[in-house]
Amino acid sequence: MTMELKEALQKFLLRLGDNALIQGQRLSEWCSRAPMLEEDIALSNLALDHIGRAQVLLDYAGHTFGEIKTADELAFRRSEREYYNFLMAELPTGNFAFTIAKQLFLSAYEDLLYEALCESTDTHLSAFSLKAVKEARYHFSHAADWCMRLGLGTAESHDKMVDAIHDLWAYTHEFFEMSDCDLLLLQHGIAPDQEKLKKNWLDKIGKVFMRTGFSIPQDTYQHRGSRQGIHTEHLGHLLCEMQYLQRSYPDASW
Amino acid sequence: MEHTAVLELLDQIPDPEIPVVSIREMGILRKVELKNNHCDVYITPTYTACPAMAMIASDIEALLKSHGFKSVAVHTQLSPAWSTDWMSEGARQKLRSFGIAPPAHQACNSWALEVMQVNCPNCGSNNTSVISKFGSTACKALMRCEECLEPFDYFKCH
Ligand SMILES: [Zn+2]
Repeated sequence: MTMELKEALQKFLLRLGDNALIQGQRLSEWCSRAPMLEEDIALSNLALDHIGRAQVLLDYAGHTFGEIKTADELAFRRSEREYYNFLMAELPTGNFAFTIAKQLFLSAYEDLLYEALCESTDTHLSAFSLKAVKEARYHFSHAADWCMRLGLGTAESHDKMVDAIHDLWAYTHEFFEMSDCDLLLLQHGIAPDQEKLKKNWLDKIGKVFMRTGFSIPQDTYQHRGSRQGIHTEHLGHLLCEMQYLQRSYPDASW
Repeated sequence: MEHTAVLELLDQIPDPEIPVVSIREMGILRKVELKNNHCDVYITPTYTACPAMAMIASDIEALLKSHGFKSVAVHTQLSPAWSTDWMSEGARQKLRSFGIAPPAHQACNSWALEVMQVNCPNCGSNNTSVISKFGSTACKALMRCEECLEPFDYFKCH
């Protein structure tokens, strides 16, 4: 493997790992605050799945290129400009409809991404993806169920979902950008063509929306930047809380 | 100690979340390699975020060391990915008598909790419904029997 390819793989793994970590952190904010007990357990389970995923991916990223780093070092000792998660993942939790819409968009993408990665020429990544795709698909079916319940529920739940879908739409196109690193990985069969994922993603979301009476929003301004490590102001606040202990007491253990 | 004896010894270690089945019956224990007084043990996580893995690894180490091994190394093996298909029939039976419905069909990539048929571990009826897709642990969903009205855990296909 060339240095350039190793660097691209590491960046890609950080993107996957950071997406998992930041989503896990946001989902865990629901613990003890969900609208009902079953949902509290569901969202905590989702958070746990994401943090487990982050652990494997960041650990792998830390061993691919340059100085060896553990998953914890990568999670707790990078600043926001060194994070590559999608902007959508870091947005504040918002209301329950906002979380469900976010979960729907992100888990539909992850379902398709990990399905494609099962065929990756990188054997470590393909082995991991075989497991991750099942979890992502389960997360998607959970979000789709709720999307239907809220969409066909009361006028208030319906309107809150519509607002959430519209607010979040401006953060969806970023998932499918092809950076130089994505192109290089595609050439080596390590990662899939994001443009192809986009078509399937729109179909997947469209099917859920059709059953619930929502429509795919018009494309307007789209936020971008995470491929370059440029984030919204929210990520810094999130890291501040998440990294507090390891920053204040480096290498603390218990 | 011989290879088969080590495997039998490790068969005593229960799954921390479902203590009626051993890690060997669950298919978590994959391989054991012996070199003099050293033992390499390979385990596969059931779920990416299975919080029981650290406990299983320390149980293995403690048990083998108490049986004379000088050094023990527990390795996590990701490939091939663990599947509920690896659970032995004995394990499925034990789950049922413990009150947990075992996975209803062969694991495949499409989750079909909506259309699958799960039998109540209490009365055997197939008239059951899902209460919550997420349960007390990552591997289970919560269901209810419409015949005997008992709620029960269902071990999801994975
Ligand atoms: Zn019953």
